[in-house]
This record gives sequence, C-alpha cells and structure tokens, in this order.
Amino acid sequence: MIDIIVFSLVGLGILFAVIRLLKGPTPADRVVALDTFNIIVIGVIALLAYHFQNSLYLDIAIVYAILAFIETIVFARYLEGNHGDC
Amino acid sequence: MKYVATFLVLFASYILLAGFYVQELILGAIVSIILTIILAKLVNYTIDYRFPVKLLVFIFAYLPVFIWKLILSNIDVARRVLSPKIPLNPGFVKIKTDLKGDFAKLALANSITLTPGTLSVDIKDEYIYVHTVDVKGKTLEENTKNISGIFEKLLGGVFK
Amino acid sequence: MEIVSYVFMIIGGLFYLLGGLGVLRMPDTFDRIQAGTKATTLGAFTLLIGIGIANPDWLLKVFLIIVFIALANPIGSSALAKAAYRSCELPKNLVQDDLKELFGGEDNDSN
Repeated sequence: MIDIIVFSLVGLGILFAVIRLLKGPTPADRVVALDTFNIIVIGVIALLAYHFQNSLYLDIAIVYAILAFIETIVFARYLEGNHGDC
Repeated sequence: MKYVATFLVLFASYILLAGFYVQELILGAIVSIILTIILAKLVNYTIDYRFPVKLLVFIFAYLPVFIWKLILSNIDVARRVLSPKIPLNPGFVKIKTDLKGDFAKLALANSITLTPGTLSVDIKDEYIYVHTVDVKGKTLEENTKNISGIFEKLLGGVFK
Repeated sequence: MEIVSYVFMIIGGLFYLLGGLGVLRMPDTFDRIQAGTKATTLGAFTLLIGIGIANPDWLLKVFLIIVFIALANPIGSSALAKAAYRSCELPKNLVQDDLKELFGGEDNDSN
C-alpha cells in the first residue's frame, strides 16, 4: 500500500520533469529537466530495492548517481562550448 | 600524512561499498595501498591530530544548521511554486569569502546553493558569484553578510 | 518504527513531486535550477532515510548515497547555471549583474 502511494507521488514528479524536457524552450532548460529527472530516478531505484527487499538495487542506485553526475557535467560543458552571439 | 589520509579515504569507501567481511577487508587494504601509491601525488589535503575534533565540530555545529536551512529553503520553494503570482526580484551578486583551501570553498558553495533563494554560479579566487531571486543589499559587504554570514563563521571554525 | 519510515517516504515523495512541479512552473532557467536542485536534494535525503529506517542493514549504503548526492548535486547545478549564463539566456528582469565582469561578451573566440 505504502509503495503505491510513494510510487505515484514520485511518478507525478517524473511526469512534470518530462513535460519540461519535451517542452523547454532552450537547451539549458532541457538539461535542467534531465538533471531533475535523474535525481528522481535514483529515488525510484531505491524504492525498488525496498519493494523487492533486495539490496543489490542500492548498488545500481550508486552507479546511476555517479553516471548522472558525469552526464550533467558533460552536458554543461557542451552547452558552455557553443555560446554564440550575445 | 598525505599517504595516510588518502589510504583512509580509499579504504573507508571500499568497505562501505563492499561490506564487513574478512576477505573484503584484506583485498580492500591491498587495493587501497596500491591506489595510494599511485594517487597520493595528485591530492593536496592532509589530516593531523586535530581531525577528530574538527569532525565533531562539523557534525554537531554545522550539520544541524545546514539541515535547518535546507528545510527552510524547501518551504520557500514550495511557497513560490504553489502561489499563483510568483514574487521575483532576481539578480547576480558577488560575495567575498575568507576561507582558504579547495574543500572549504566547495563546502561553502554547496551550502549557499542549498540555502533559501540562492544559487552559487562560479568561484574566482576569493569571490563567489551568486544568483539570488531576491536582491536585498547594495554593497558587497551587505550581500556577504546576508547570504553566507553564518556558514562562513561555522566553516571557519571547522577548516582552520 | 514502520510508521516513521512510512512518514519519511511520503515526505520524500512529496518533495520529489515539488521538485518536478517547480521545474515545470518556474518562469526562467535559473529559477528552475534552484527549485529542481533544492527540492530534489531534500526529497532524496528523506526518501533514502526512510528506506534506511525500514531496513537497518542498509543504513551504511544509504548513507553513502546521501553523502554522494549532497556533494554532487550542487556542483552539477552550479555547472549548469554557469553554462546557462554563458549561452546567453538571461532573464529579462535582472536588477543587478555582477557576473558580467567575469564573462564579458567579447571572449567568443575560444572553441
């Protein structure tokens, strides 16, 4: 029961972030939405660990957190690289 | 001392990730020693005999203030997200810090990011550039006192 | 003990929802970065603490994830804010801009 409530709250958060990801007027907005999405997904993986009572999912959450951080930094560097005419 | 600090950080991370078993302790010690020999030239932090005291100060003086400010900032975000007319007065301001050392500046910038209404954008020497949604002060000193006053004092007690 | 962990998990889910809503509703890029970073950081903390209370064996690993998020998430948002500033998407209603002295408009010869 508790799983369903928390999963639906987190899923609504993911839905809003994905709407911003599809709609965002500038590339920076899309990357911000992707960053938010990644951190919410870390919580979803931890919730899966709780739901299946299996601690291996926590290792997946750690690896996902590291990859999400690297992804954010790489996208930020990319956006910073193609600044044009102000 | 640099070698000891690097070894302790690597060994603690390995044990936290792998768990408390005898095989893992031995293998973690071997891997940590090899990595320490390779990596210790690249790091520039150190520990000394006052490290436990600093850790206690960090946990009992800094973390409660930090968590309280984090909760306050979330209430602030909730208020601004849920109210239909969003009050804003944004700007980029510059503040000055007296802290030395990379890790102290990192902790200060992260604290500024997670406090209400501010977001640290860049660090240049001893100035931190901050985006704030509500510009209050005019001068550098006023902004410094408003934004980072309490964290500057607490972190100055830890990283000295 | 179960009730406490349930309360923590629901609060964490609410903060995640708030983060998504903030990213959707805020008017410009920097406000979106602020709302997303703060709300999701506290949401991750409370949700993971709730899971750690429900299964005390996992507390160390959960603590490791929390420390990593607390270190990495503000750094990522700072890098994003710097990139958004340099790609010329400034909000219209700025009252003060000290960053201009650091990134003048004339340095677009790199890259």
